[in-house]
Amino acid sequence: MAVTTTDRPAVRPPAPGRTSGRRQFTGRTALILFAFMLPAIFFVGLFTYYPLLNGISMAFRNYNLNDLSDTSWVGLANFRTLLGDEMFRGTVKNSLVWVVGSLVPQFLIGFTLALWLRRRFRFRGTYQALVFFPWAVSGFLIGILFRWMFNGEFGVVNDLLMKTHLISTPVPWLADARYAMVAVIIANVWYGVTFFAIMILAALQSVPEELYEASAIDGAGKVRTLFSITIPSIRTTLALTVLLRVIWIFNSPELIFGMTGGGPANETHIVTSYMIQVTQEGDYGRASAMGLMVVFVLMLFAIFYLLAIRPKQRLTVKKAMR
Amino acid sequence: MIRDYSTAGRIARFTGLGICLIFTLFPLYWILVTSFKDPGTIFAYPLKYWPSQWSLANYQGLFEQSNFAVFLVNSVIVSTVAAALATVISLLAAYVLARFEFMSKGAVMGAFLVTQMIPGFIALGSLYILMTRLYLVDNRWGLVLVYVAVSIPLCTVMLRGFFENVPASLEEAAMVDGCSRLSALFRVLVPVMTPGIAASYIFNFVNCWNELFLSVTLLNSDSNKTVPAALNGFISSYNIDWGSMSAAAALSIIPTMVLFAFASRYIVEGLTAGAVKE
Repeated sequence: MAVTTTDRPAVRPPAPGRTSGRRQFTGRTALILFAFMLPAIFFVGLFTYYPLLNGISMAFRNYNLNDLSDTSWVGLANFRTLLGDEMFRGTVKNSLVWVVGSLVPQFLIGFTLALWLRRRFRFRGTYQALVFFPWAVSGFLIGILFRWMFNGEFGVVNDLLMKTHLISTPVPWLADARYAMVAVIIANVWYGVTFFAIMILAALQSVPEELYEASAIDGAGKVRTLFSITIPSIRTTLALTVLLRVIWIFNSPELIFGMTGGGPANETHIVTSYMIQVTQEGDYGRASAMGLMVVFVLMLFAIFYLLAIRPKQRLTVKKAMR
Repeated sequence: MIRDYSTAGRIARFTGLGICLIFTLFPLYWILVTSFKDPGTIFAYPLKYWPSQWSLANYQGLFEQSNFAVFLVNSVIVSTVAAALATVISLLAAYVLARFEFMSKGAVMGAFLVTQMIPGFIALGSLYILMTRLYLVDNRWGLVLVYVAVSIPLCTVMLRGFFENVPASLEEAAMVDGCSRLSALFRVLVPVMTPGIAASYIFNFVNCWNELFLSVTLLNSDSNKTVPAALNGFISSYNIDWGSMSAAAALSIIPTMVLFAFASRYIVEGLTAGAVKE
């Protein structure tokens, strides 16, 4: 993530001689185009990049809103404090559970749903509009909805589980550290299936129908078709969707804020939700250090992930063809 | 189309689709049912899955006991204005990025996309300080400016995709006929792209309507709070009043759902266009 190198997106009015592209334009046009870009660059520069760079610098300073008498540079002290912080290490562990626990079921259910939706049926449009509705709702509100459903005393989840005799006494879902993470992840799975379904469905619809016809003629069964036609054809989308989701799930503490606020006893705090809490407490230096670590780890992950999926591409297809 | 479905396969598929639908809609159903129950019956066993008596008491209580009407108005104002400004600004930028080649184009696109990948919360603290210096803390218009900035990158990428679907010859013809570039854009291109622009506007609106952390950080007083900031106050109290809470949640979910129902097709198109080109 080239945060530091592209600090402010500087758009110079393009010189007419340097155009290589779709359209030739003169100096006057260049001026107009620059004017068109200016508002976007102004807003993103002032309200996104300026605070962002400033925030990054805070990670290396002693910057606490409650005591601004000494905001000197402290090098890596904030990072050291964090690594020694039991609570922070707990949130790192929780983040991993949260990401993996949410991602895998989201992917499997989203994929299945997309496969089911690939072929036309009556009311498919209506069905899609209904089933995609979580997308319009914020993670925070989803958290509130599930907080109410997982309520230990009057929650509908306990009621249904007791009616079906799966449990005999109410489970204090959000008050008990053992269950709270499970409940939060269930909510997040529910919330994220839609995104996977949308992305995968869009990719599936780009697979040429002839491929399926050919495989049917060759006598391939359903499972075989799935692994040798469908999955190889949409590999790139699958891989990128998973990557985007990992980053996104990591960076979305809204649901946790709505559902548990990080409780009970910080058991459902992930790094980013803890970071918000620290920001609200005013310790901007420590919060920024956390944010930088998140960016760094996600960047490393993205690089290794992209490297890992590239050369394997041929292998997977071959394996599937066997 | 392949037609190798057994009846069993079809039954399995539609059962699966049915279960998915029930699971998806149930939380929404439940918050709506709760909100229309009589406040006394919300906390009564056995739980009622269909209220024996419908009541608006929770909504009445919500508006009487809190300034929820003010929060709603604030949310409407902030989201409407911010989404409109962001759409217009993105439209201009997207036009340039879709139609012209220039040296720093890659840098601009990169800078926009980077904002989507990093947790914006790194900037939360220093944004608060910036807004304090600009005297824009606890000010709805200040929040509008921040929302515009937050909405621009993704909106620009979406609109750029829609521009690329429109042949360049269209506005070229208009310009040969004597239109200026600006009027060619607004009088020829914009009318053709109305669905895409409307979808981008709705996308921005919904994102602003839903936004939590910026509004919580930048707004303090009840007269300025938007709905999410107010809801955050509600759930922070020790004893949540689930009656008015459910009413508040229902009122903040429904507008976005209605808007999305109209626009989701175009939004999906705009967002997946780039990703799906295999």
